[in-house]
This record gives sequence, C-alpha cells and structure tokens, in this order.
Amino acid sequence: MSLLRVERMSKEFGGVHAVEGLDFAIEPGAVFSIIGPNGAGKTTLINLLTGVYKPSAGRILFAGRDLTGRAPYEFAAAGMARTFQNLQVFFNMTALENVMVGRHLHERCSLAAAMLRFPSLARAERACREYAVGLMEFVGLGEHVGARADSLSYGALKRLEIARALAAEPKLLLLDEPAAGLNQTETQGIDALVTQLAARGVTVVLVEHNMRLVMGVSHEILVLDYGKKLAQGDAATVGNDPRVIEAYLGAGVA
Amino acid sequence: MTAQFAQYLVTGLTVGAVYALVALGFSIIYNASQVINFAQGEFVMVGGMCSVWLVDQGVPLPAAVVLAVAAAALLGLALEKFAVEPARGAPVVTLVIITIGASILLRGLATLVWDKKIHALKPFSGEAPLQVGGAVVLPQSLWVLGVTLAVVLLLSWFFGRTLLGKALLATSHNRLAAQLVGISVRNVMLLSFSLSAALGAVAGILVAPITFTSWDVGVMLGLKGFAAAILGGLGSGAGAVLGGMVLGIAESMSAGYVSSAYKDAIAFVILLAVLVFAPDGLLGRRVAERV
Amino acid sequence: MSRTAPGFAQPAAHRIRGPAALALCIALLPLAFANNYYYEVAVLVGLNAITCVGLNLLVGYAGQISLGHAGFFGLGAYGSAILTARYGWPPLGALVAVTPGVAALAYLIGRPILRLKGHYLAMATLGMGVIISIVIATEDRWTGGPDGMSVPPLSVFGFTLQGERAWYWVVGGCLLLAVWLALNLIESPVGRALRALHGSEVGAEVAGIDSARAKLMVFVVSAVYASAAGSLAAHYSGFITPSKVTFFHSIELVTMVVFGGMASVFGAVAGAAVLTMLPQFLTLFKEYETVVFGAVMMGTMIFMPRGLVPSLATLFADRGPSKVPP
Ligand SMILES: Nc1ncnc2c1ncn2[C@@H]1O[C@H](COP(=O)(O)OP(=O)(O)O)[C@@H](O)[C@H]1O
Ligand SMILES: [Mg+2]
Repeated sequence: MSLLRVERMSKEFGGVHAVEGLDFAIEPGAVFSIIGPNGAGKTTLINLLTGVYKPSAGRILFAGRDLTGRAPYEFAAAGMARTFQNLQVFFNMTALENVMVGRHLHERCSLAAAMLRFPSLARAERACREYAVGLMEFVGLGEHVGARADSLSYGALKRLEIARALAAEPKLLLLDEPAAGLNQTETQGIDALVTQLAARGVTVVLVEHNMRLVMGVSHEILVLDYGKKLAQGDAATVGNDPRVIEAYLGAGVA
Repeated sequence: MTAQFAQYLVTGLTVGAVYALVALGFSIIYNASQVINFAQGEFVMVGGMCSVWLVDQGVPLPAAVVLAVAAAALLGLALEKFAVEPARGAPVVTLVIITIGASILLRGLATLVWDKKIHALKPFSGEAPLQVGGAVVLPQSLWVLGVTLAVVLLLSWFFGRTLLGKALLATSHNRLAAQLVGISVRNVMLLSFSLSAALGAVAGILVAPITFTSWDVGVMLGLKGFAAAILGGLGSGAGAVLGGMVLGIAESMSAGYVSSAYKDAIAFVILLAVLVFAPDGLLGRRVAERV
Repeated sequence: MSRTAPGFAQPAAHRIRGPAALALCIALLPLAFANNYYYEVAVLVGLNAITCVGLNLLVGYAGQISLGHAGFFGLGAYGSAILTARYGWPPLGALVAVTPGVAALAYLIGRPILRLKGHYLAMATLGMGVIISIVIATEDRWTGGPDGMSVPPLSVFGFTLQGERAWYWVVGGCLLLAVWLALNLIESPVGRALRALHGSEVGAEVAGIDSARAKLMVFVVSAVYASAAGSLAAHYSGFITPSKVTFFHSIELVTMVVFGGMASVFGAVAGAAVLTMLPQFLTLFKEYETVVFGAVMMGTMIFMPRGLVPSLATLFADRGPSKVPP
C-alpha cells in the first residue's frame, strides 16, 4: 500500500492556481523528488502535503488515514516531518533545544510533571538531550551543540532543520530545497547527507534543483509546471521526456 | 418607541463619530509603524484642555481650535522624534510600552500646566436643541457629525489622490519597497504621528462642549478608539469609521435599553463576539502567511 | 560524558542557582528594613511578582499578549473575599475552590480568544478584563461595588496570619514556589513547546505541537498565578476595591514584565520590584511624580529595549570574564 496518496489536489491564491489537479502516490522507502522551475508550485505542494495550507480541492491520504483539512500538528503526529525553504528555526532557543523540540511527539509530559519536575521527567529529558546531540553530530553540527540558534551560519541552520525533522523519527521526511542558498562545498555536504538518508531507507520527498543529485537518488520524479503535472516517472523516463526538456530549456534552467 | 430609538441613534452616532476620529489616528500610526499608540487618547485630552485654556485666555474660539490642533500635532511629532525613533528596531511590545510611558507623562504634564478640574468648552453655536424626527439634537452633535464627515472626506482624498498620501499607504503595505522607490520612511513616520495627533485633538475639541474635558479624559476615549480600530480592522480607514459608529451605537443602545452600568461591558462583549467570527475585524485584510 | 559544551549542563545548575539566589535575597532583605512600611512594600512587590512570573510565561515565553490579567487577579481576590466574608468559608478552602474556578473560566474565555493574533489578541484580552472589572464594580450586592468590601484575615487551622512581618515570609515563600514552578516549566518539553511557538508557529506545528492547546494551557496557568496572587492580596490587605481589577492594573502588570525583561523569570520579579517601589520613591518629587514616572518608563524602554535583566545580563557578559570555555 502507498504511504501517501494525493487525489485531484488543487490550491488557489486569489485566482492564481499554484497547484492544480494533482494525483500521485508515494511508496514506502522511496525517494520521491519534485522538480520544476521557480514558481511551479513545489513549495505550495509541500505545504499542502504537511497541512500548512488547506487544499482548495482534493484529498490527502497518509498511512491509510484521510488527513484532508487537518492541522499541521496532526500531520506531524501521523508521521510527517519537514524542513522549510525559508527557514523556520526557533531563533529564541539554542541549537540543541531546536532539535529537542523535534522530539516533541515522543515525549509524554503532563503539565504537573513539568512544573514539579518529576524524576521520570528528568530521566526522559536526559535521554532526549542525548538523542538530539547524536542527531546534531549526524548532520555535522557536533561543535554547535551549546550554541544559540541565532549564532549559526545559514548553512548550519539548514542542517539544523534537517536534524529537527529527523528527531521526530518520521515515516515521511519532506525536504524543500535543502541546499538552496548554499555555496558549493556546503551543497555537496547536504547532497551527501540526503544520499545517506536515502540509503538508510527513509521515505523522502525532495524538492531540489541539483539535477545530478535528483537523478542519482530518486526512485520517482514528479515534474511540475505552472502547478500542473508535466511528467512523472523514474529518472530515465523523466530525463528523456521531450516536454520536460522543453519546459526546462524554455524556462532557462538547464 | 421610535422617537426613543431615534434619540439613542443620534447619541450613538455622535459618540461613534468621536471614536471614529480616534480610531483613524490609531490606524494611521499602526500603518506607518505596526505600533499601537497608547498615547493616542492623550492627544484628545490635549486638544480639549488646550482649547479650553486658550478660550479662557481670551483667544477667539476658531483661533483656539487651530492652535490646539497645532499644539497636539507638534506633540505627536515630538513623540515620534524623541521616543519612537530612538527605539527603532525594538520589539513592538517595547514600543507599545514606550507609548504607555508617554501617555502617563502627558497626563502628568497636563495636571502641571493646567489642573485636575473638569472643564467645559462653550458649544460652537448655542445650546438651543433641534427636533429631528422625534429626537432632540444638540447643535454641537451636528458639529461633531459634520466635522467628522469633512475629516473623513479630506482623509480619503489625501490617501487616494495625493502623492504624499499614496506614499504613506505604500509604506504601510511594504516598507522596504517604499524605501527603494525613494519614500523617506522617517518622514512618513513623523507625518503619521502628527496627523494622528491632530485627528485626536479635533475629536477632543468637538466633544469638549458635550462630555466636558479634564486631564484624564484621554484614557477612556483612547481605549474606545483602540476598540473601534480593532473592530473595524486595524489599518483600514473605512474600518475605523465603521468600527467607531458600531461601537458608539452599541453603547448608546445598551445604555438605553439594557443598563447604563453595563453599557461599556456590552460594547466589549459585542467586540469580542465580532472578533471570534471575524478575527481581523469587520473590514481588515487577512494576509495569507507565506511559508 | 566526554562532550560537554557551554550551556549544555547549564539549565540544571541554573534551575538551582536562580531560586537559591532569590531565597537568599528574601532571607537577607529584612536586615535592611527599618520599619513595618518596608515589609508592607515588600509584600506588595511579592504579590505583583507572583502575578508577573505567571504573566511572563504567557507574554515573554509563549509570545501571546494579555492586557486583561488584572481581571484574573480580581476574580481571585473577590472570589476569596466573597466566599470567606459572605459565606463563612475557611480562607484556605476558598483559595482551593476559587483557583480552579478561575482556571476553568480562563479556559472557556481563552478557547475562542487565543485564536486571535497580535494586537487583536491584545484588544480581546483587554475587553475581557474591562468586562470583569465592570461586573465587579456593578454587582454591589456581592462585591460592595466601588466602595469595596472587607475580607477576613488568612487563617489556617486556627492559626491566623497577622502583621506585615508574618506576611512577608508567607509571600516570600509563595514567590519562591512560583519561581521554581515556572523555571521547571520552561525547561521541560512543555516549556520548550511554548518557546518554540513563539519562535515560529509553523515550525512548532510541523514538529507536532498543537499550538492552540499549548497557548490555552499557558493562558490558564498564567491566570492561576494571577488568581492565587489576588486571593492572597485580598486576605493580606483585609479590604479590597475594584481599583486593582482595572484596565490600568492590567497594563501595569504587562509593563512590569516588559520592563524587567520578557522571557526572563527573574526579569519579571525585577520588573515587579522596580515598578512597585518606584512610586514610593517618587513621592519625593511631589506633584512631578507622574511626569517622572512616565519619563523613567520611557527612558528605560528606549535605552534597554529588551528590558532590565536581559540588557544588564548582556552588559555584564560582554564586560566581565568570558563564559565557561568549552
Ligand atoms: N501564500 C501565498 N499567497 C499567495 N500566492 C502564493 C502563496 N504561496 C505561493 N504563492 C504563489 O503560488 C505560486 C507557486 O509558488 P511556490 O509554490 O512557492 O513555487 P516554487 O516553490 O515551485 O518556486 C507562485 O505564483 C506564488 O506566487
Ligand atoms: Mg519553493
């Protein structure tokens, strides 16, 4: 059974059809990439898939449940985690705390337990902290564990968001342009990280402009143009599709 | 029954017009700076107290009105220049607290410069009431409504037709873009504060013959003006006017038909109810948050 | 563990060091008290500080404004007053009954209101506070109206608390408890969720935080702080009037929080202390009192926009010896 299924989904912003009539399914363990020129509706689609935007029409089924119209936290509880093209870091907290927030769904903590600091809570906090430190090391932020989030470089913040998303141990991880705005070395680092995640068998939805990476890691690629599906299939199918080639050359993105 | 209703309506419209003027002041400053200026009510007080004092000194009423409005506008300018501008970049709550400090300071100054007594301004054109459709209308009410109408028309001309007004609006929509096309955000801020202050003063002068004035009238009028601005939709000019009128009428109707002790409470209950169903006020624009 | 970064082990130490310092302050302060008047002011500071510590959880940490918290203070005060004076309840029983009552009311009011954002939330909470204060001032059969009502002293199991000195220690203990609970909350998963939704509400939501529920919860907690402080204040002064329930007092409370420093528990205590004591000092200025008060408020916020405690902390961190090296 597919992990995620989208049926006839559309999103309109005051007359602009950002996403129009999309149908697709994502299989567990797959890397599903979404490509398309700027303004094609990739970010809007990610926002729809994670409940941040409510669709104007259509349905989303995830892990066998209809989540259409639910709040983002319910999507998260069902097993989704994501990063943002425009960062949504908690700049009022430390880097480590950012990742610890990612553990939220795995921490059961009542108000009374929190305010009275039950011993069980202290133990859980220690475990949470260690898990978060481990993830920060995994994404290459080991030396920033004690830093305030607002002291991190842009590249480090991009990694921090990935660590925060991973902390939820999601069934589906959605990455919206994880390498956008980074220099070449940083981009290579992120690409390596994505490859590593894919190899681990994490189900990933990836929005990315680096075609070499996309063609290398994706099991399935969805090509968007003006909010509509232009093509869908594996790397070979999509790479040889004349409409895709035309759209990309036409849009001036090689 | 209908005469009574008409009476409450006239009272409500008069009070509502005053709220509308104060609310317009809130919205203009909000558009320029995202700040709620809690000293807005003090401009109302300054307008009223200053004109009363000038008339007592023997200044003819028209001159006193002009001077009082000018004094308030200068105070608005000073508030922006010496309190808001130096704190540029501070969190919005900090700016709000600064304006609260300013309102305390201004109230204190008013008791020093003037006194703690209640004063009345003579009505502009006599006290002989008029009969309109069964309701008794004070000539001063007509002054309030007429001047408010004139001010609203003048403002819509200013914001809709003049370059300066458009610059002000542009800044409220997108500060950075406005700066890029050469609008001086500093001047926009200064202008907004003095314009709001002048509007407040006009309101204060207009009601001074009806509800009297004193060093602390600004508190309640400021609060109601804020409520009206929110009710209509913060930043919307038409919303401010509508909000003021709705609030004024709601108050006067509840005082008349329900209980005068609870008139303010009922007005606020209506406000809360509206916000629950229209979280951005009656005419406020909802900006879809981009993520 | 081999890896210890700065700030890593800090929270635990911080949680103990802060309250310890505060406890020491409370214990030593009376040495400087010349007469009962000092105790009286200190009790007022303590009661305001309890309210502000709670309010700061809402305003400073979760980033949600309230301009109506004097309403909850008033409900606590009048709730205790009415139950004890009119119905003869024991004060402790009244406190135990009133606090959850106010919590329930805060829950019911907060549910629709907390969906509002920014200035709209400010207005809605302000409206709520005004409504509460009007009800209290009008329903004179219960509350004595604008003239106020007298309240029996706080007595627990036959022992009656009397005099400023005794109250000083009780309020000091309560403040310490309030601070300890708040610090625990902030450093817990619940507190992290609150701070996260202040940092980025979408970011928090996609991490699985039900932001509406979290806001409502902290609103109720802050209302409970205010209500409890109100109950204590009523028994302490023995007579209450609607003046402490007004819109002014709500504004005063938020001002204390912002003045002392948002998102700083000790900032809230410091803000309450300074702004409660300032008017006492300013009586020196006679008729210039209000003017000076307004000027001090403006000046502080202009030159320390983040508030007293955070601004001073940064100042000392920059000047003093650098923090613990990694
Ligand atoms: N919140 C929003 N409000 C209005 N228009 C939006 C919003 N979000 C996206 N859009 C519009 O939807 C279209 C697709 O944008 P987006 O999804 O960001 O594209 P991409 O991520 O592929 O570059 C664009 O025309 C954009 O202007
Ligand atoms: Mg995008």
